[in-house]
Amino acid sequence: MSSDALISALYVFALAAFLGYQVISRVPPLLHTPLMSATNAISGISLVGSIVTAGARYNTVSTILGFVAVVCSTTNVVGGFVITDRMLKMFKRKEIAKKE
Amino acid sequence: MQTYFIELSYLLASIFFILGLKGMSHPESAKRGMHLAEFGMLMAIIGTLMHHEIVTYTWILAGLAVGSVVGLMMGLWVPMTAMPQRTALSHAFGAFAAALVGISEFYRVYSTGGHLEKITMGALGFEVMLGALTTTGSLLAFAKLQGLVRGTPMTYKGQNVFNMVLLAVTIGIFIYLVVFPGSMPLFFAMVGLAFIFGLLLVMPIGSADMPVVMSLLNSYAGLASAATGFVLSNKVLIIAGTLDGFSGFILSILMCRAMNRSMTNVLFGAFGSAATAATGSEQQGSMREVGLEDIATQLAYANKVVFVPGYGLATAQAQHAVRELADVLEKRGVTVKYGIHPVAGRMPGHMNVLLAEANVPYSSLYELEQINPEFPSTDVSVVIGANDVVNPDARDNPSSPIAGMPILEVDRSKSVVVLKRGQGKGFSGLENPLFFKPVTGMLYGDAKDTLTRLVQAVQHA
Repeated sequence: MSSDALISALYVFALAAFLGYQVISRVPPLLHTPLMSATNAISGISLVGSIVTAGARYNTVSTILGFVAVVCSTTNVVGGFVITDRMLKMFKRKEIAKKE
Repeated sequence: MQTYFIELSYLLASIFFILGLKGMSHPESAKRGMHLAEFGMLMAIIGTLMHHEIVTYTWILAGLAVGSVVGLMMGLWVPMTAMPQRTALSHAFGAFAAALVGISEFYRVYSTGGHLEKITMGALGFEVMLGALTTTGSLLAFAKLQGLVRGTPMTYKGQNVFNMVLLAVTIGIFIYLVVFPGSMPLFFAMVGLAFIFGLLLVMPIGSADMPVVMSLLNSYAGLASAATGFVLSNKVLIIAGTLDGFSGFILSILMCRAMNRSMTNVLFGAFGSAATAATGSEQQGSMREVGLEDIATQLAYANKVVFVPGYGLATAQAQHAVRELADVLEKRGVTVKYGIHPVAGRMPGHMNVLLAEANVPYSSLYELEQINPEFPSTDVSVVIGANDVVNPDARDNPSSPIAGMPILEVDRSKSVVVLKRGQGKGFSGLENPLFFKPVTGMLYGDAKDTLTRLVQAVQHA
């Protein structure tokens, strides 16, 4: 990584941190559990790194590690989103909750 | 052209992730937000599959398939009561993936006689250290939450000193590797020590402090992903990882504040052992056990009833029974509300999800600050499997280990009923003066069973 790349990466990091703080502080305690599973699913984006490692055929060790990493991150992405959706569907307003 | 397409897919994914989290500010917009985030994820994955370094798709597709099946099974079948365990496990998976990518990157470069720049090595070191310690830490948290190991803090003499020394050695190796990169044995020693440190970090932390630990591990897992982004110069990884990292960080601060304790105290204080030494106010009279019929009559003729759930509600799986009781009461014209303490349960928001599962509308769920002024006008407060979050000592006794922790002031209501499994103390081992107050009646037994019997009794009242 060149120093230019590092600087631009640090910019992205700092701005994302700032934005994250603004966005996350507005999440009510009511939704803290879905928030945690949602951010978990989103950080499963490390899948993109795993995919390249698993598919680039650098060497056997890398391929095996990459494959395991793909399994782990995919589990997080799929499981995380499915469970977040499932949880959010349960939060109902009064009238709707009463009908069921 | 191809690079532009990939980068564009990452940019769109980043935007959709942020929009998705922004939606989380309200339950109604949250569902839509999540669909956006899911779409963003799909874009990023499709974009990545076009990466020019990929020569074989066999292992990628196999990994995607296995992961999807496991993820789908976990996602669909995990009961809401087990949400803390599932979350701990997914922190472990996420962090493990980050650690593996880092290890593989290091191995790839140095097994071919290559060389990593200092900056990259620094980021890579962060990635594998955070990844490794979060993996084992989360697995231990999972084991504690699942009941595979005891939930009480595990402590020994000189624990903090030992942990600090181990951490210092790990960081020492890390710094050495940044300055003189290339030693594979040292690198793997660092990874190994980080794996061990994760276990040691979570060992002394008791079950009642799990909301803080869960949030903290959430934060570490996110930061490990962000570090991966630095290593691979991948912006979407940095953005998503940072969002996750900061979300976990904010949550852990909120949880600490809800317990009036500092982060250092939670991590190194080993709560349970300190508490037993400090209980000064033993034996404040006797607890009054009350009959089920009496309580049913009280509830049936009340104007306002507040339910205060704790972790006991989850262990007894009593969320549906509470809702049934609330239904029969509301049919009789009783106002029913729920008071939720931020650290009730084993992870942030745990109680809200359980009650939502039982079809309790979210407009009936009240936060600490909203419900506390209402207790003086409440006829009956029903405490279900909660203990420390309603302990008046936190407010009245400055020498109490939990002094200053904001509590749900149920003792201000006209009458209190405590549903409890037995006469024992709570997880923190603290005596709770609430149980000895004249307004309080104790109802022992399994919460679900007691609540179901209360429903029948109220119907006949």
